[in-house]
Parts: sequence; C-alpha cells; structure tokens
Amino acid sequence: MSAVDLQAPGSRRSFGSSGRSNFELYSWLFMRISGVVLVFLVLGHLLIMNVLDGGVQRINFAFVAGRWSSPFWQVWDLLMLWLAQLHGANGLRTIINDYAERDMTRLLLKAALYSSMVLVLVTGTLVIFTFDPNLG
Amino acid sequence: MWSWVAQRITGALTFFFLFAHVLDTALVRVSPEAYDTVIASYKTPIVNLMEVGLVGAVLYHALNGLRVIAVDFWEKGPRYQKQMLWSLVAVWLLLMVPGVYFMLQHTFLEIFGSTS
Repeated sequence: MSAVDLQAPGSRRSFGSSGRSNFELYSWLFMRISGVVLVFLVLGHLLIMNVLDGGVQRINFAFVAGRWSSPFWQVWDLLMLWLAQLHGANGLRTIINDYAERDMTRLLLKAALYSSMVLVLVTGTLVIFTFDPNLG
Repeated sequence: MWSWVAQRITGALTFFFLFAHVLDTALVRVSPEAYDTVIASYKTPIVNLMEVGLVGAVLYHALNGLRVIAVDFWEKGPRYQKQMLWSLVAVWLLLMVPGVYFMLQHTFLEIFGSTS
C-alpha cells in the first residue's frame, strides 16, 4: 500500500512538451557555462567600448569598420551576440514562468520573447557577416 | 534573497538594452551617417549616465553570477556565500570607481569645463 500518492515535483504545470525531458537541466547548465564565457566577452566589450581610450566618445562608423576588419573581433562579437541573447532569453523565460500566472499571458509574453530573440539573432548575425566598410 | 532579486532585475534590464543595442548597431548596414547619428545620442550626458548604470548592472550581474556558480559547484560555496557577497560588493566598488571616472570624464568636462 502506498501511503500518499505524491505528484512528481513540477508536474503541476506542463510546458507543452510531451513526456519528461532534461531541458530544464540543460538550460540550468547552459546559464552557468554561457555565464562564465560572457563574463570575459561582455566585460571586455564594456571596458573597450565605454572605459578605455575615450570610451563611447570615439565610437563611430570608422571605428566599427576598423574593429570588424579583424576576424578576432568578428568572432568575439558573434559569440557574444549568440551567448548573450540565448542567456538573456532563457533568463526571461524563467521570469515569465515564475510571474505570469495565466496561460494566455504566458503564451503571449513568450511569443513576444521568442520573436524578439529570433529577430536579434538573425539581424545581428547578418550584420556581422555582411558588414561593408565601403558602404556609402 | 535580495542578491537574487537584483540578479533578475539587472538581467532583465540588460536583455532589453541588448535588443535596442543590436538594432542600433545594425544601422551600420544602412549608412555610416545613420549609424553615426544614433551613436551621437550615446555620447550625450544623460545617455552617458545611463551607460554608467548599465555597466554597474552588468558588472553586478557578472560577479553575482560567478558567486552563484561557486555556491552551486564548490563544496564550500554555500558556507561562504555571505563572505562572497561582501567580496562581490568590494570588487564592484573597486572596479566601478575608476570605471565611472573614465566613463564620465568627457561629460564632466562638457558640463563644467571651460574648454572642450
């Protein structure tokens, strides 16, 4: 005889996926791994763009062209774009799940979140790969 | 508890800034003039002050994120979480003081300086 028929933790809400998956475990792990990488990429970016050598005052089209002439900074920015956007979107997904109680509210907020995520990733990637220093 | 609340707030704010930032940088594909025009707004005193806020928020989020990782993966992490929180505040201040000085130098001169 089983004493109490307990529901498995977290089974009250179903997030649409059928059956069990390790998605939440992987997303938890991703936040930590991407977080460590982003500490270097983002703080380095902020230091260069906002603090060193005049900071934001020296930034213009020519400055961007100079940086993106080097594959090193192209890879840096591309990696930073993808990791930051996925890290941020996953963080907001958690926040939506925690605070948006109605199903419809969650659906709408996540629709907005995922479409903005795709927009940022596609636009950002395209800009890095198709940048033309001789434009205009 | 409050470090966790602050982690959420700084993270969400940074996410919204990132959205705007990727789109404004995308203007380099439109024309150099369009990009330079929008970047000029980043150099105004008020937006410059907001950049200080952004850097402070991101730096906190980064340092506290490392602390969370230490609590999760380091066997002594939970025991030292409080000490790590105070070290975080100390490191944040240590980096922000010179950082703010350099970030606001131009704005300061523009407002209070006689020559620009």
